[in-house]
Amino acid sequence: MAVLQVEKVSKWYGKHCALNEVSLEVPEKGIFGLLGPNGAGKTSLIRIINQITGPDSGRIFFRGEPLKPEHVNHIGYLPEERGLYRKMKVGEQCLYLARLKGLSSADAKARLKEWFERFEIGSWWDKKVEELSKGMAQKVQFITTVLHQPGFIILDEPFSGFDPINTNLIRKEIIRLKDEGASIMLSTHNMASVEEICSHIALINQSKVMLDGEIKEVRSRFKESIFELSFKGQMLSFTNALGTQFELLQHSSDADLRLARVKIKQGLTVNDLLQRAIPHVQIESVSEYIPSMNDIFIKVVEQPEEQMV
Amino acid sequence: MSKTGLVIQREYVSRVKKASFIVMTLLGPVLIAGLMSLGVYLGIKDSSVYNVLVVDLTPSIAADTSDTALRPLFMKRLKDTPQVKFSYTTRGMSNAEFDSSAYSLMLVLREDILSVPQAEMVFRSLPSLKARSYIKSQVEKVIEKEKLALHSIDPDTYQSIRTDLDIMQINASDGEASYQQEQAFVGFAFAVLIYFFIFLYGVQVMRGVMEEKSNRIVEVIISSVRPFQLMMGKIIGVALVGLTQFLLWVILSFILFSALSAFFIPDLMSAGGMAEGMQATQSVIEEQGKDAMNQATLTNIAELILFRINWPLMLGMFIFFFLGGYLLYASLFAAVGAAVDNETDTQQFMLPITIPLVFAFIVSEFALANPGGTSVLWFSIVPLTSPVVMMVRVAMGFEAGTLWQLYVGMAALIAGFLGAVWLAAKIYRVGILMYGKKVNYKELWKWLRFNT
Repeated sequence: MAVLQVEKVSKWYGKHCALNEVSLEVPEKGIFGLLGPNGAGKTSLIRIINQITGPDSGRIFFRGEPLKPEHVNHIGYLPEERGLYRKMKVGEQCLYLARLKGLSSADAKARLKEWFERFEIGSWWDKKVEELSKGMAQKVQFITTVLHQPGFIILDEPFSGFDPINTNLIRKEIIRLKDEGASIMLSTHNMASVEEICSHIALINQSKVMLDGEIKEVRSRFKESIFELSFKGQMLSFTNALGTQFELLQHSSDADLRLARVKIKQGLTVNDLLQRAIPHVQIESVSEYIPSMNDIFIKVVEQPEEQMV
Repeated sequence: MSKTGLVIQREYVSRVKKASFIVMTLLGPVLIAGLMSLGVYLGIKDSSVYNVLVVDLTPSIAADTSDTALRPLFMKRLKDTPQVKFSYTTRGMSNAEFDSSAYSLMLVLREDILSVPQAEMVFRSLPSLKARSYIKSQVEKVIEKEKLALHSIDPDTYQSIRTDLDIMQINASDGEASYQQEQAFVGFAFAVLIYFFIFLYGVQVMRGVMEEKSNRIVEVIISSVRPFQLMMGKIIGVALVGLTQFLLWVILSFILFSALSAFFIPDLMSAGGMAEGMQATQSVIEEQGKDAMNQATLTNIAELILFRINWPLMLGMFIFFFLGGYLLYASLFAAVGAAVDNETDTQQFMLPITIPLVFAFIVSEFALANPGGTSVLWFSIVPLTSPVVMMVRVAMGFEAGTLWQLYVGMAALIAGFLGAVWLAAKIYRVGILMYGKKVNYKELWKWLRFNT
């Protein structure tokens, strides 16, 4: 079952359409990547899911039930625009935010203690937030997002502002939370981490869903009969051997090994390519090139709408 | 605890714990009680002794038939008191000479003082008002007496001619003496209090909203509570801070004032009843040679403060109009805080909120001069000005058949703050999530129509 179903949700701000009949499903116990360029409508959608604003039309179901105010206690939200009360002490602030999510004071304290130990920040409890660095404050914010053990966690650009060490720490925590059974929605521009940790994605552009599904499936959908070959021999003789049936997209040399990325024209197979090449060079390896999320993102966003399927 | 309750708690506790709140709460009464006691102290107990050198430049004449020696007009004719002692000379001193002399004041009476009633008083430190008016009245008496003699008017005749008209204001409905004017002053004091409290705490609400917006914590919070709950929690939390401060001020001021008064005017406070207290005050005043006029006024004011004003109504209405006015203005202030990104942008939106408030203050000043005016009636009913203006009217009391105006004013205020809260909530929930946009009135109007 899906943890969240969004059905034909539209949202208008005056004459500006922020979301246009957006539908998507976030599967249970996975990491769902919500992608899209700036201004595509991601934040509008996330705010609607968090019931900060309401949709103009469409419906949203949380674990099969129509979304209602009580559900906020089961959702953890780390907004892109995030901050803390600067004059408040770290501990007090975490307690306040936890209690707003419905935790009792005693429960919140016990869980905070645990998290502070795990992040090795026990000594920060009585510090004021204004004394913390940006990265430190981000850690505190991450804790307050997940402290009430929400079944569904929405993280909007969770890695921004972290150094590589802390980015890694947060990535591990996200995976740990998923392994413990939470469903996570991740909005980020960092495509490398999308490929690494997301199981599903949806790509929103100009207030519409352009693409969604399991990440492996999406990537293979964008395969274009491009193969990567490595071989020993002359690049020039390889190029000559290709003829007009094959298009050399990219090539490079590494010591005595040559690398080439070749697009095969319609109707031909990788066998045809190999038959051409084998007489001239010694093939070391051949594999199909699967486009990265980065390629797909750029392709979808830059392509005119009508060409999309 | 409900989520709104948690917000109220945070707003309240974080403000009450602030050093500035504690300092203000402690210093406020010290200042108020200090000023009040100082007033009483200066008025009743001015223990300074003034040695006045009277430089009498008037020509020597035989002023009195019983006295054969020639002497100037004022010589030995000003009455000494324990605190004001006169010495006489006919030769003036330079200011420098005076400065190094033992005298505390030098009173220079010009030669033609009978025709040009002017004199100069040279001082090192400004004498008390009481000492000045005593000296003035003494000089006047001598001049008057001299003029009476010059015109051969019998002093008794003169006294019988002198008229000091005392008009009693009698209210036709109950035939009792009216002190509306004085009562209006008491009401004005409350109006000023409401005016300041609305400003002080309304701006605090605005700052709080802006802080949450510029800290970017607001989106985290409103993923747990509704924007309306957050806004109302803040407004109510700050109101409780205001009431706490007010209550502490009243209690501390009372304790301090009692302590200071007991110390400086033991007679006045030790006596149980106010009547005895008044008598004690009278004796203090008489002893000091004050005239009967002030004494009567003082009695009237005391009576006025104690009996003329309907205190339970007054305090009840104060709480009502303070809270009503505060809720109305604070929610507007909250909307302004939500609409802007930084303090400098608040100016354009602050103006339409400040103007009615300042205007209310001005109208209530008019109400002092003309309490029954039509404008006072209307502005005591209109919600934006009623919290300030109505206080003056409540203090004066309502004539038979006009009490409905109070009820209408109260109902209008309730409707007014509900309307203001509704309006503010609409702007608030859009504004808090709007960053980096220069907001104008057109934009605000658009927000009002957003569907959220």
